[in-house]
Amino acid sequence: MVRVLDRKLLRDLRQIWAQTLAIALVLGCGIMVMVAAYGTQRSLVETQAAYYDRHRFADLFVAATRVPVTRLAELADIDHVAQVDGRISFHAVLDIDGMQAPAVGQVLSLAADAGQGLNVPLLRHGRLPDPDRLDEVALNESFAQAHDLVPGSRFRAVLNGQLRELQVTGWLLSPEFIYTMAPGTIMPDDRRFGLIWMNEAAAAAAMDMQGAVNDIALRLMRGADARAVIAQVDSVLDPFGGTGAHGRDRQTSHAFLDSELTQLDALARFLPPVFLVVAAFLVNMVLGRLIAMERAQIGLMRALGYRRAEIGLHYLKLAGMIGLLGVGLGWGGGLLLREGMLLLYVEFFRFPFLIRDPALGAMGLSGALALAAVLAGAARAVAAAIRLPPAEAMSPPAPPSFGRGRIDRAIAALRLRQTSMMILRSVLRWPGRAAITLLGVSTSVGVLVASYFLFDAIDVVRDRVFQQGNRQHVTLTLARDAPDSVLLDALTLPGVTSVQGGYALPVRLVNGHRSRQTAVIAQFEGAELAQVMDDEQGVITLSDRGLVLPELVARHLRISAGDSVQLDLLVPPRDTLTLPVTAIIRQGMGSEAHIAAPALFAAMRVAPRVNQIHLRIDPQQMPALQARIKSLPTVAGFADWEELRAQFDASLQEGMLTMVMIYTLIGVLIAIGVVYNAARIQLSERSHELASLRVLGFTRAEVGFVLIGEMMLLTLLAVPLGWVMGYAFAQGMVDAISTDVVQLPFVISRRTYALAALVVVGASLAAVLLVRRRLDRVDLVSALKARD
Amino acid sequence: MANARDIAEPVFRLVDVTRVFRTGKVAVHALRGVTLSLNEGEVVVLLGASGSGKSTLLNILGGLDLPTDGQVFFRDRNLTRASDGDLTRFRREHVGFVFQFYNLVPSLTARENVALVTEIARNPMTPEEALDMVGLGPRMDHFPSELSGGEQQRVAIARAIAKRPEVLLCDEPTGALDSKTGVQVLEALCAVNRNLGTATVLITHNADIQRIAHRVVVLADGRITRDEVNPDRVAPSQVSW
Repeated sequence: MVRVLDRKLLRDLRQIWAQTLAIALVLGCGIMVMVAAYGTQRSLVETQAAYYDRHRFADLFVAATRVPVTRLAELADIDHVAQVDGRISFHAVLDIDGMQAPAVGQVLSLAADAGQGLNVPLLRHGRLPDPDRLDEVALNESFAQAHDLVPGSRFRAVLNGQLRELQVTGWLLSPEFIYTMAPGTIMPDDRRFGLIWMNEAAAAAAMDMQGAVNDIALRLMRGADARAVIAQVDSVLDPFGGTGAHGRDRQTSHAFLDSELTQLDALARFLPPVFLVVAAFLVNMVLGRLIAMERAQIGLMRALGYRRAEIGLHYLKLAGMIGLLGVGLGWGGGLLLREGMLLLYVEFFRFPFLIRDPALGAMGLSGALALAAVLAGAARAVAAAIRLPPAEAMSPPAPPSFGRGRIDRAIAALRLRQTSMMILRSVLRWPGRAAITLLGVSTSVGVLVASYFLFDAIDVVRDRVFQQGNRQHVTLTLARDAPDSVLLDALTLPGVTSVQGGYALPVRLVNGHRSRQTAVIAQFEGAELAQVMDDEQGVITLSDRGLVLPELVARHLRISAGDSVQLDLLVPPRDTLTLPVTAIIRQGMGSEAHIAAPALFAAMRVAPRVNQIHLRIDPQQMPALQARIKSLPTVAGFADWEELRAQFDASLQEGMLTMVMIYTLIGVLIAIGVVYNAARIQLSERSHELASLRVLGFTRAEVGFVLIGEMMLLTLLAVPLGWVMGYAFAQGMVDAISTDVVQLPFVISRRTYALAALVVVGASLAAVLLVRRRLDRVDLVSALKARD
Repeated sequence: MANARDIAEPVFRLVDVTRVFRTGKVAVHALRGVTLSLNEGEVVVLLGASGSGKSTLLNILGGLDLPTDGQVFFRDRNLTRASDGDLTRFRREHVGFVFQFYNLVPSLTARENVALVTEIARNPMTPEEALDMVGLGPRMDHFPSELSGGEQQRVAIARAIAKRPEVLLCDEPTGALDSKTGVQVLEALCAVNRNLGTATVLITHNADIQRIAHRVVVLADGRITRDEVNPDRVAPSQVSW
């Protein structure tokens, strides 16, 4: 008995393979995204944690002018401090064979017992510098690879004003530099920024820092109060030019990595559940119909003496098989996609190893949810079918009744063609089913809007940062502060047509018990190359007295425009100033505050000084300028904005574009799955009716219109709803994705709305045309004979 | 009536028509060389046991199916090798169908079901006229689910005749009906034949219905075994059920 039923099960599945596959694919998509997103996020988080742990990544970081090594013990004595490590760190301009532009290096001293310290680098290739050789250095792997600097290669660096030749001994990775970024730039660039580990004696000699350090890292004990420790560290280091200790949140590499992980987490939390819920609804609907159509067979089995439970189990097995297929496809696809995404991230972030987390939680949850959706959909229909007396179940169901409501009278008044009436009445007769189709299709529109919106946001950021905010070709970062007369000297550099000064000042902004460590950027008047930009308003003119704060910082400090804020200067003269906040802006990147140079220096009561110089140049003269910069001891950093923009675009190509492509694909699959299944249900329920039309002399095209028309009507109705959803999704993404490092502007272009609508309408049309082809194959005579 | 029939032109001519259905390795001969003419204004009743080939014959006449062998002419047109598009046009312009199970579109009212055809026909009557002809004028704004079986079948007849077809093909039109509604349906069919002169072919299992026909054709095993004129037509109300 049971064996026959099971054989029926397999034959039934083979019979409805196309629908089985469509259901399984939609379900699988929802599961796949969930498994991939959580799997990637979990893997990266675990990798990060393991890397930090094994290489003793520090908890607190602080820069100072010059701290005698003997005073480090005082830091180690602070309660809850587990370990202290000091080193020498400075920036240097590098001259590398085969590269015209100057590169920038961050030189770090490497103690003989570096393996015992904090932020322990990992040797990947070659060997560490010989402690007795002053010219040997190790480089970070990505920089070395970008320049093909193998052990034995040589390059030149301006160390403290002196041009020196250095020899490479090996390649390192460090938990401090998973993400590397040169000072004064906004993007990682492995060609232009490198890390140079030099043995301690050589670094001390180069910088006159014997017996002293200027860069200190601390590891805290578990459960330590970081704020309390920071306060004590600052008071110890204050006499030595300490610029204020900060936690991992202000450490560049960690902040960026964390920002990326936060975004990934947001994506994982946000879209996959939407996909899964839509898939679950859809499967519920389709399976319900599938079984409702088995009504006569169920009646027959009951008539033959099968028990209700046996029949119920039979159909639950059928649903379960479809569900399992979907779960299998979803898990397999999810793990594959996770692998692909991890490879992308490994390109971007430098991890020495990768821990793969299969996201068992996400797999279990999505699998259980999917099976529950499938079984619930089936159970509802099976329960209805087995409740009927067998004789009633075997006879065809009564014709669906249509009533004349107010809406119907309104439609009738439109005097439409009868085929159009059929479409409208069908939508009104089964509003629940129409609603699910509508919901599914509008969700795909919404998902596409929210995906494409990222491009709009990036366009705005690119326009703000590169087109309007930074019109300079080059920004020079000075090794130390200089009087503003240096701007006149800069005008004499090769090719320079205009010059603007800038001054970056590390500060702690304080409002009551809330504080935030950041920098104030003072703009000099004149060429208006680097300007303050607001995402909505564009260029902001700085007032002559107050500060302009980014919204994120203002919100953190609970400050609004018109309030005053206290500035603790973290470099000499280390005063405390109080300045009014004149405006609050949304800026795409960074958390710096802005001020007009005269206002800042008046408040500080010092003569104007600069540590950044923005240059506009004759592009023809770029090589000459670059050559000149390489020999200038005062310049510690060189940013080519043209290059930065190229880098910006390239990094987007890799990360975001891939992400958007994946979500687009899935959005389209959902639309196709929803429409295909809905159309199949239509076709099977109405094949009789549609065949009647053919018999009456309607052409294939005219009958096809009834089928296509309903689906396309629902699709078109779904578009505006999808736009609204997309708006809400995008808003959610902005909130979820925005971090201290990157704030997405919330702008959605018409192009995005149009493109999302176009893609979904196209996908729906393709799906319904696929079903329409089956209409041609309906045998008119047998369709009329068979009563459902 | 008998006179009109005598001078009438043939509407359909079937010459040695064969229809073989092949399912897998089995070949079923539904029609084995049927030769038959149907004339204008004629009511023909097709009788025969299940599987005798009645419905196959009707489907071939109506352009729903093509013969495996032999020739089918509708007036001067040879339908034997017509394309799908030609058959669609043929059905649209010349043929009205009535089925045992009505085949109404449930989402359209009686009037709209008829309008379904009048919208695509060349010289149709109005839906109201057609429904009046079958006595359903007062109920034309009802949906199928609000009509009795007989009423639904009369809507189907109205829908079939609204295009003023030259032939009306009815497959067991009273098969699902009780005697009272069955008589109403037959009366409607006879009225249409009388008023419009539509040639009508009617398949039935009820042998007594042959008494309303001009001519009775009996099929058995895919062959015509009897084809004779009925000299004593009676009104549908006299048919016993």
